Amino acid sequence: MRDNSYSAVMARKNEIMKRAVGMDYDLFESGSIAFDYEAMMAATGYTLDAVRKIQVEEFQIGNTPLYELKNLTQLARSFAPEGMGARIFVKDEASNLSGSFKVRRAATSIHQAKKMGYKGVISATSGNYGAAVAACAAKAGLKCIVVQECFDSKGIGQPEIIEKARKCEALGAEVVQLTVGPELFYMFLRMLEETDYFNASLYTPFGIAGVETLGYEIAQQCRLMLGRDPDVVVCTNAGGGNLTGTARGLLKAGCNAEVVAASVNLSGLHMASDHQFNLKSFTTGHTGFGMPFSTWPDRSDVPRSAARPLRYMDRYVTVNQGEVFYTTEMLAALEGMEKGPAGNTSLAAAFALSQTLPKDKIIVVQETEYTGAGKHVNAQLSFARKNGIDIHFGNPEEEVPGKSIVLPAHPSLIKARPADMTHLRTSLIHNAVKMTGKQPTDADIDFLAAETKTDREFVKEHLA
Amino acid sequence: MIRKNDWVQIHIDVLKPEERATNIPEDTRHVPLEMWVKGHLQNESAELGDVVTVKTKTGRLVEGTLCALNPSFTHNFGDYIPELDQIEETVKTILFGGADHA
Repeated sequence: MRDNSYSAVMARKNEIMKRAVGMDYDLFESGSIAFDYEAMMAATGYTLDAVRKIQVEEFQIGNTPLYELKNLTQLARSFAPEGMGARIFVKDEASNLSGSFKVRRAATSIHQAKKMGYKGVISATSGNYGAAVAACAAKAGLKCIVVQECFDSKGIGQPEIIEKARKCEALGAEVVQLTVGPELFYMFLRMLEETDYFNASLYTPFGIAGVETLGYEIAQQCRLMLGRDPDVVVCTNAGGGNLTGTARGLLKAGCNAEVVAASVNLSGLHMASDHQFNLKSFTTGHTGFGMPFSTWPDRSDVPRSAARPLRYMDRYVTVNQGEVFYTTEMLAALEGMEKGPAGNTSLAAAFALSQTLPKDKIIVVQETEYTGAGKHVNAQLSFARKNGIDIHFGNPEEEVPGKSIVLPAHPSLIKARPADMTHLRTSLIHNAVKMTGKQPTDADIDFLAAETKTDREFVKEHLA
Repeated sequence: MIRKNDWVQIHIDVLKPEERATNIPEDTRHVPLEMWVKGHLQNESAELGDVVTVKTKTGRLVEGTLCALNPSFTHNFGDYIPELDQIEETVKTILFGGADHA
């Protein structure tokens, strides 16, 4: 009889993971702070072309449309300084199987699980990734379990997450729902051990390799449609995989667009707080994941995360909840596109950034997500109002996460607020030293420079 | 009475407050970690509140307290939010002008 106490299961974490991902992460470790990231990415054995083939031929995903948002661009130009107002494009990832870009991430994982002979897959996710895994597992004939953090201690579920549970079940998955808390990971490990299924983690090299096709397609589509590369690509950022994969795909296409991360500002709310769980109106794409995962990627459910956004990020901006809801409504009102709010985080940022760039520049928002009951601007605002959140028109600067949602009194008030990149990069360096407990070697300095998209001088200066 | 093979939902207290992780906020540490699972009832018959075993979609056998028969989803699009109509009106007026745009 296995000891299934919290401490006993957590102590078996590494052996459970090794069996459930079929990958020995020790092979890439240096014994110090550094590990060989590119060797880990290459260990999937799949080139970008091979991933595209799996996605297109086996799962029929990708090749989503790139739309120009002419009315939103026009609106941005109506209050931008003279000559400013870059053209805004959006990659309609909602048109993918399961309704989001996350299916790109799932496809390679499920393909790999099937190839290695696993009977099923498990994923710990409250987001669109669950439906993505469920959809691919359905196509591959594999069993599927999705573990969600869904309810507070009063049994009240976040509508967005309940909708995702419904979709996972509709696509044939078993959904296990939990109350708030990081011990979800403990239950996840228990189920991996019980079933011997594959861990379809968001953070394996398979998952991130799957997103590379998204960046690659953006470069190719811009070249076909516009005869040139995009200038800026904005990525909604939470765990970092969306940005990492997209940026790697852009680079593989030879495209050097500026990569901007965007998250919804939820500062002040604790992600593991039972009481605050239902006071937030975004369950992903927010700073509560975006900041900690950027500055210490290896907090994920695999020993080394393949999502390492600070390696690729040029800028990080935040937008407020009210601004994203406003943008979601604008997208419906002016472009006839009804999409899920969380996926519009990067669009809200792009709308503001457009006004800071000349008219001939190209900004690409690299995703949309599906919408439906629960995960809809109307459903989320209604839920917030029922939870006592003060929703009103005003200056978004005055929004207090967990207390108010301030819808901009005028669309010109939508802003993309820059996060301090030096602070983020320094945090990563300090976390790497703290979490590994190692004194940085010469090779570690090169590694940390790559991890933070800086140079040896920057790392040395901030190690001190 | 709920019968064998009926589709049901069970509830399990996975961790008591004192068994929870130490690095979690105070309010979360005072409540148990709870779990809900759906499956086909394995007992011959049962009533709500009974401790039963279910067989899940993936064939796992899980024991817990029976809390619902034929569990369904009731989430929706929420109540009317007048602000959304105001946003629509504002942006259409800026872009297309006046009252005649519609």
